[in-house]
Amino acid sequence: MAKSLLIVSRQAPWAGPAAREALDIALAGGAFDLPIGLLFLDDGVFQLIAGQQPQRIEQKDLGANLQALPLFGIESLYAARHSLAERGLTEEALSLPVQVLDDTGLAALLDQYDQVITL
Amino acid sequence: MKFAIALFSPPHAPASRRALRFAQAVLDGGHEIVRLFFYQDGVHSASASVVTPQDELDSAAEWRAFVSRRQLDGVVCIAAALRRGVLNEEEARRYERDAANLPAPWELSGLGQLHEAAQLADRLVCFGGN
Repeated sequence: MAKSLLIVSRQAPWAGPAAREALDIALAGGAFDLPIGLLFLDDGVFQLIAGQQPQRIEQKDLGANLQALPLFGIESLYAARHSLAERGLTEEALSLPVQVLDDTGLAALLDQYDQVITL
Repeated sequence: MKFAIALFSPPHAPASRRALRFAQAVLDGGHEIVRLFFYQDGVHSASASVVTPQDELDSAAEWRAFVSRRQLDGVVCIAAALRRGVLNEEEARRYERDAANLPAPWELSGLGQLHEAAQLADRLVCFGGN
């Protein structure tokens, strides 16, 4: 059986290519039908906010790529409750159906996956 | 035990040196490295263009020597590398750039190589940040 991989995405979408590169690992894994999870942690939760205008800072829209996740079979999406709260964000503001986890849930999630990559 | 090792940090970051020493310890301990995969700013750790002051550790050169000597599978992510100007001869020609800085033993390939290594290995160990 294929090993499962959790990708922990911790960077804001405007903080360089890190967010896109974390997402690319997830999409590549999905293309190979691997069991992939994606957790948005710390500034990574900013990737989930709807209605961004990346063209104003001459950047491409990461949102379109995020919306492709289900098409690649990646439906195990998570966000950290404390990361949202620290940034004054609510679940209603999120553009993807993610499971919001408290700290206990995060620990259980990390346990659940065979491998973890944090970017 | 079989290890896959991923590096996300440039050669001047302590994480690059830690990854190198870890990889050496893996082999010295009688274990196997199924693949090294350099991603994000880690692609700079494979660059032959890095010039380090003489009295400082030259991580990129050490990586190159280590991968050659131990005949390891050293893969640099092609998308991450192109974005950062780390090119082998073939890519330099393809994109009409003046210089190539990724000689053998390094190979440019895609993220599938990271996933394959993670599947083949007993442990995936990542080095990032500082």
